[in-house]
Amino acid sequence: MIEFVPILLKGVAVTIQITAVASVVAIAFAFMAGFARLWSNRTIRWLAVAYVEFFRGTSLLVQLFWMFFVLPNFGVRLEPFPVAVLVLGLNIGAYGSEIVRGAILAVPASQIEAAIALNMSPSLRMRLIIAPQALITMLLPWGNLLIILLKSTALVSLITLHDLTFQAYNLNVLTFRTWELYSLTLLLYFVLAQAIALSVAFLYRRMSRGLSRGWL
Amino acid sequence: MSDVFDWGFAWSILPLLASGALVTFKSTVIGFLLALGIGLPLALGRRSRSFFLLVPATAVVEFIRSTPLLIQLYFIFFVGPQFGMRLSPLTAGLAAIGLYYGCFIAEVYRSGIDAVPRGQWEAVKALNMGRWRAYRAIILPQAIPPMIPALGNYLIDIFKATPILSVVTVLELMTQAKMIGSESFRYTEPMTLVGLFFLVMTLGASFLVRRLEGLGQLRSKTTVGLAGV
Repeated sequence: MIEFVPILLKGVAVTIQITAVASVVAIAFAFMAGFARLWSNRTIRWLAVAYVEFFRGTSLLVQLFWMFFVLPNFGVRLEPFPVAVLVLGLNIGAYGSEIVRGAILAVPASQIEAAIALNMSPSLRMRLIIAPQALITMLLPWGNLLIILLKSTALVSLITLHDLTFQAYNLNVLTFRTWELYSLTLLLYFVLAQAIALSVAFLYRRMSRGLSRGWL
Repeated sequence: MSDVFDWGFAWSILPLLASGALVTFKSTVIGFLLALGIGLPLALGRRSRSFFLLVPATAVVEFIRSTPLLIQLYFIFFVGPQFGMRLSPLTAGLAAIGLYYGCFIAEVYRSGIDAVPRGQWEAVKALNMGRWRAYRAIILPQAIPPMIPALGNYLIDIFKATPILSVVTVLELMTQAKMIGSESFRYTEPMTLVGLFFLVMTLGASFLVRRLEGLGQLRSKTTVGLAGV
C-alpha cells in the first residue's frame, strides 16, 4: 500500500492547487454577485439573480462538460485546468453570493445608523463598520462551502485533469488493489476537508475575539 | 447559428434523451427515498445517549459528509465485487446517493427534532405519556413541518447529482448525451439540451419548495444545508 502513496500525493497536490485557485475565483464572483444583489440599479440586480439561478440550477457536471466539449465549437478552446477552475469558481461563487448577501444584511441596522450619525461616508461605513462584522458572520458558512468545493474537485478528473481521483482511478486499473486504493483516497479527502474545517475554525476564533468580550 | 446548433439534429435526439430523463427521474426518486430511510437510524444514533451508538453514527455521518460522492460511488461499485458483492451500475449508484444524502438528511432530522422546544418534552414527561405516543402525538408533528423545505432542497440536490451516475454507465440523461456525442461527434446539441433540462426542472422545483415554505408556517428552523457532490 505504501507504494501508492507518492503517486496519490501527486494527485493531492493537483487537487489542492485546483481547490485553492477555484476558491479565489469563487470568492471573487460571490462578492461581486452578492453586492450586485444589493445594488440600487435594477438591471445589475437582475443580472446577479440570473447568474446565481443559472449556476445553481444546472448540474456541476453538466457545466463542466458543456464548457469542455461544447465551448470549443463556438471557437473558445480552453485547457482543462482553466475550465475546471472557472466552472468550479462560477458554480461555488453562485452559492457563495447568498452567504455574502446574507451576512451584509445581517449587520444590525443600528450599526449603519450610528455610522451615518457619525457622518461617515458610504465607503468608510463599508470599510470600518459593515465589512468587519459581515466578514465574521460569513466565515463559518464559507468554511462549509469550501469543503463542498474540495469535494466537487473530484469531478475534474472526468475532464482529464490528473487530480487525486484520477490517480486513484488509474492505479486501480493498473493494480486492481481497489479496496486499499479507494480507502486511502477517501481518507486523503477526509484529511483535506478537516484541514479546511480546522483552519476556518481557527480563523473564526481569532477574528471573533472582539465579539464575545471587549477588545481593543 | 444553424451550423453551430442544428435544430433538426436536436429534435432527432429528443427520444433518446427522454429515455435518459426517465432514468434520471427514477434514480432521483429512489435515491431520495433511500436517503430518507438511511438518514433515520443515523439521526437517532446521533441523538442517542449511548456511547456505542453516538460515536459510530457521528463518525459515519462526518466521514461521508466530508468525502466526495464520486469516490464513494467508485468505492461501492469497484470494491463490492472484491467481497463477492457484484452490484449493477444502477444499484451501486442508488446506494451511493442514498448513503451520501442520507448523512445530510440525518442532520436535517436531528436539527428538526432538536428544535422542538424543551417545554414540550417536559410536558410530555409531566403527562406521563409513553415514548411512542409522545413522539407520534407531540414531538413529530412539530418537528416534521420545519424539515420539509430542507428535505425539498436535498431532493433538488439529488436530482442535480444524478449525472455523476454516468461514470458507472447508468443509462441516465448524461450518459445518453455522451453516447450521442461520441457517435455523432456533436456534443453541442445533447449537452445544451441536458443543461436546459436541468435548469428548467430545478427552477420549477425550487419555486415549488419556496411556495411550500410560504404556504403554512413552514419557516425553516432547520439548517437548509448544502451537500455538493
